[in-house]
Amino acid sequence: MVTINLAMAVLIAVLYAVGFFLLMQRSLMRVLIGVVVLGHGTNLLLQLVGGPPGRAPIVGSAPNDAFADPLPQALALTAVVITFALTTFLLALGYRSFVLVGHDEVQDDVEDARIARQQIQDDEP
Amino acid sequence: MSGLASESSALGTLLTLPVLLPMLGAALTVVGSRSAALQRIVGIVVLVAVAAIAAVLLVVADHSGPIVEDLGGWAAPIGIALVADRLSALLLLVSTLVTLAVLVYAIDQRITDYGRGTASTTFHPMYLMLCAGVSLAYLTGDLFTLFVAFELMLTASYVLITRRTSAKRIRAGMTYVIVSLMSSLLFLTAVALVYAATGTVNFAALAGRMELIPPGLRTILGLMLLVVFGIKAAIVPLHFWLPDSYPNAPGPVAALFAGLLTKVSFYALLRTQTLLFPREGPWTLMLVLAVLTMLVGALGALAQNDLNRLLSFLLVSHIGFMLFGLAVFDAASVSGAALYAAHHITVLATLFLVSGLITRRTGTVALDRMGGLLHEAPVLAVLFAIPALTLAGIPPTAGFVAKLGLLQAGAAAGPWPAVVAGVVILASLLTLYALVRVWVRVFWGGVKPPIPDDDPNDEVAVGTARSSVPMYAATAGLIAASLAIAVFAGPLSALTGRAGADLINREPYIAAVLGTSR
Repeated sequence: MVTINLAMAVLIAVLYAVGFFLLMQRSLMRVLIGVVVLGHGTNLLLQLVGGPPGRAPIVGSAPNDAFADPLPQALALTAVVITFALTTFLLALGYRSFVLVGHDEVQDDVEDARIARQQIQDDEP
Repeated sequence: MSGLASESSALGTLLTLPVLLPMLGAALTVVGSRSAALQRIVGIVVLVAVAAIAAVLLVVADHSGPIVEDLGGWAAPIGIALVADRLSALLLLVSTLVTLAVLVYAIDQRITDYGRGTASTTFHPMYLMLCAGVSLAYLTGDLFTLFVAFELMLTASYVLITRRTSAKRIRAGMTYVIVSLMSSLLFLTAVALVYAATGTVNFAALAGRMELIPPGLRTILGLMLLVVFGIKAAIVPLHFWLPDSYPNAPGPVAALFAGLLTKVSFYALLRTQTLLFPREGPWTLMLVLAVLTMLVGALGALAQNDLNRLLSFLLVSHIGFMLFGLAVFDAASVSGAALYAAHHITVLATLFLVSGLITRRTGTVALDRMGGLLHEAPVLAVLFAIPALTLAGIPPTAGFVAKLGLLQAGAAAGPWPAVVAGVVILASLLTLYALVRVWVRVFWGGVKPPIPDDDPNDEVAVGTARSSVPMYAATAGLIAASLAIAVFAGPLSALTGRAGADLINREPYIAAVLGTSR
């Protein structure tokens, strides 16, 4: 039976909660920080599921059962690169929004609000 | 392990090309970004080649079972396997034909360039990377590579949707990017939990190991993947981002997204649910989601005044048709869903392309500011009418053929699926009603003058009557493809029937992937 590190599990839970809370914010910069925090939480989760730490997994350097599981590390590495690229993209998007609109707030669906207003006007005699 | 690399056949190499060729093409179009002509030739040649390869893969996979290639010579489940079975090869072929037509249209609309004939460094590379991501998503045999494929596809789509932004487009782009990012991080979490529970991410190996873990845990993993792909495939109530973002993209980009992205997600949903979480009899939750998706989409479409938003809501509605096929969960219904997906890819892309042509002429997407196009542009009326009737599923179009399979499977599966089959017919009627409203407003009535281009710097030329032959030809080509689905309905539904039987049976797929390591 493999046990997991409780401190890590709690830390990951906190990171997920903070990340999702920030994702709900209006400002794209807060959303960006939310994505980064959530990304860290996910990568830590990937490390956690790889089981207990062990020796570097190079064939012949140690007995087979002393190795750390290399696959989650490879997955986390790929995920880190992807999160990094998307973070820079979000930064560029926020900057473009600042240049074009003057702020970086994520706004509501304009056409949807217009249709809703129109329905109310239609209902009134 | 050393012997495995030499065992990989020519066919296996062919299997990697739908992913590698577009990537290579993307690199070439970056290097050759000074020449617009070179970019166009590379884009078209690559997509023609991928379509040819997909056709070969489909014929071989249908004739002699799934084709498997272990990348780098590491056998599954340790290495990454690419797998082409009937379903993935069919959808790959249809998707590539659509991307090819949309590319021709986009080139002729000149959204691929900075100005007339000046090359851009973003459009062609991103377009080809998106195609590579789509191919990888169809062909991959493991869950993590599926995540990478989605990231490849979505990152390219982020660039395409926010490219040369206006204030309106950046607002829609933000919503799209944030929602997609969140679903991607959820996907990664799901991958981590699946690995924690089973110790593998290979689909075929997972199929066996999922049966060994506790049912509660299995249900949670299945629901997580449902939420992840549900956001990406725009299943109600996770659909709200789609009608907000797609209509703000330039015509061909919207056509590409509408045709492909949601269907790739549906494919991923179909693959994971049938392979990893098999069940006996209908799936009640999915039946409910299918009904919600069909009705919310169709009723939402009726409220719209923006042509592209209306089409986006119809897109959501018809995702529900495919969900119905998955919900019934037998060979016939899954086969119907596969055929419907192939039909849906072509018809939605066509409708968005036609909408682009209409917008070009009228200068607006607002339905109440158009009128009388029937006399002005009769060709456009024909180009709109055929895909519209196809989407509504009027006999003898492809939409009817695809829907008939779903209805028969649903009616045979029990009382509740039969009721939902009734909702399918209701949603089809609502679709027809929404499209007839478009027809009346756009093509009938008094002629209204085109609205002058309010943003001449925008890449999309509007309010011009100048007809452009390749744009019409690309649209007509897609309509021909859709008609071909109707003409060859017999062989095609036989093919998807075999694909559906494979999906439910699972054995051919698992044996083909894991058999190579034995």
